[in-house]
Amino acid sequence: MASLQNSRAQNLRTQDFSAVIDICELHTSYGAAVVHEDVSLTVRQGETFALVGGSGCGKSTLLRAIIMLLRPTSGSIKVFGQEVIGLDDEQALPLRRRWGVMFERGALFSSLTVAENVGMVLREHTQLSPRLIAEVVALKIALTGLPADAAAKYPSELSGGMRKRAALARAIALDPELLFLDEPTAGLDPFSASGIDELVQSLHEALGLTIMMVTHDLDSLWRVADRVGVLDGGRILGVGSMTELSQSDHPVIREYFYGPRGRAASEQTWKKK
Amino acid sequence: MSTEKTAQMVIATDTAVSPVSVEVRCSGAWTVRGVGQLEPGMESMQWPAEGELVFNAAAISALDTAGAWLLHRTLRALEQRGKTVRIVGLQPEFSALLKLVAARAKATEYVAPASPGGLAKLGRLAWSRLRDFINMLAFVGETAIALMRLLAHPRRIRWRPILHNLQTAGFEALPITGLLSFLMGVVIAYQGADQLQRFGANIYVADMVGFTMLRELSPMLTAIIVAGRSGSAYAAQIGTMKVTEEIDALRTIGIAPNELLVLPKMLALMIALPLLTVYADVTGILGGMIMASSKLDVSYDVFIDRIGDAINLSSFLTGVVKAPVFAVIIAMVGCFQGFQVSGSADSVGRQTTLSVVHSIFLVIVTDAVFSLVFNWLKI
Repeated sequence: MASLQNSRAQNLRTQDFSAVIDICELHTSYGAAVVHEDVSLTVRQGETFALVGGSGCGKSTLLRAIIMLLRPTSGSIKVFGQEVIGLDDEQALPLRRRWGVMFERGALFSSLTVAENVGMVLREHTQLSPRLIAEVVALKIALTGLPADAAAKYPSELSGGMRKRAALARAIALDPELLFLDEPTAGLDPFSASGIDELVQSLHEALGLTIMMVTHDLDSLWRVADRVGVLDGGRILGVGSMTELSQSDHPVIREYFYGPRGRAASEQTWKKK
Repeated sequence: MSTEKTAQMVIATDTAVSPVSVEVRCSGAWTVRGVGQLEPGMESMQWPAEGELVFNAAAISALDTAGAWLLHRTLRALEQRGKTVRIVGLQPEFSALLKLVAARAKATEYVAPASPGGLAKLGRLAWSRLRDFINMLAFVGETAIALMRLLAHPRRIRWRPILHNLQTAGFEALPITGLLSFLMGVVIAYQGADQLQRFGANIYVADMVGFTMLRELSPMLTAIIVAGRSGSAYAAQIGTMKVTEEIDALRTIGIAPNELLVLPKMLALMIALPLLTVYADVTGILGGMIMASSKLDVSYDVFIDRIGDAINLSSFLTGVVKAPVFAVIIAMVGCFQGFQVSGSADSVGRQTTLSVVHSIFLVIVTDAVFSLVFNWLKI
């Protein structure tokens, strides 16, 4: 977010929606198995973009390709205007510092406490004094709604919801401009899941983050996503707001949003509104 | 707008806004990467003794939570010292962030619990050791009960894991055990050669190699290799299963983890270790024989004749009989340490290390006890 505050103000003046992530004609395959064929997608500055689709449709693979954990077969992925495919570690570092990633199962370092997990990122990438790091860590932990005594606990001592919050605290440690969330509410009870939704929403508003999330959770989609992309069979079937998508004629999209669970989630949202 | 990459804070001494207020100019990027150089100097800043402090933040080009925290911390520290502070010119989105940080500041005031004193630490250490010991006893007891149950219903013996363990812990250990034991035989013969030659007692090299290998070195060497190869693997396997809740899953399915994970390993090792020991006896003597012929001019057939006279059955058996005992120690310690794993990846590493250290330690202590007992029995 560092320079975002600045550049964003300018962006708002010159060009309303600049692309933070720009994926163009992406193909990914493992041997004979084709994961993505011709995926093109744009995530705009300051929005919450959600990627949905059935299990095994390649959502998480796409996310991993964007954050340079795997290399697609062909196509281009631009993040902050820079091509990420084929970057070496040294070139990738400045980009990696500008985004934070929260993994599906948290991926907290099990031998470190929550505070050490968050502090590690700061110690590694900044020149702040130990005192300031400790304070910033406590602030991040507080921002994610964890109680202060959770800081000294190990990940194995936390509940699933708290572990997700701790993972989120680590993901925002460096005040990233872009946040990737992989299934932020998966495996949580509805109460914790809506807590995470609210948290993501409030961080998005308070810190001005661009968020790209992969999710299955229809409630989350209605509540936090500005735009949604539907991935199926290796292709993007449609992109738009939930309201737009829910009016789509495409059979797969209709099945997704008008299955019994989809209907319940949308009705709930309309009632609230 | 400033394009500076780092944060700056300067107390303006030249142009005071008014006689009773002093301007503090903040500029640059107040971000997690920008404030690194500013922060160390802040402690020693000479704040004016009197007057209101006006923080002019108009030139701050970027602000993130770390920068906002630093600003908030500085303002609050000054207020606590009785200064009047005011912040002006901050951009609206930045001041929203500053408010957010200020609102969360209370939650960050966490006092770590005081660390216990020396006596309390000693007490805790003693208690944890005692608990480990009790746990170990409980584990040995549980395994013994599981073994009894298995012997009462021999049909429930799981042959497949036993055979699998025989292969991984026994058969696959043959090359390394053979090589090391061979080298050990070579070394003993080589070391003895000088001394024996001096007395013209070359032929006794067969006695020396035979006795030391059969009675002491091969059982111990084999046990140490197996403890390093297989004992550690047991600890790591069971430890990882504990972390991923597979042990709990076994319990809920109604399979005693001891029966599935510990007994097959122990039984397989009780078969494999004596066999490996015999194999190590053979390769060790082979090493000694080759060395004797090249260094001491003791030909192969003379050496073999002498070995037959020098070594009796009891020497061979005193070595081999130790092996099943060592096998039980290695399997029990390895599995026990695996079950002691709690939660983290770090813990798997720690318990695996402990399993090797403890089992080698216990093997050597047990070997000493065997020596005493054999001596007492005059074997």
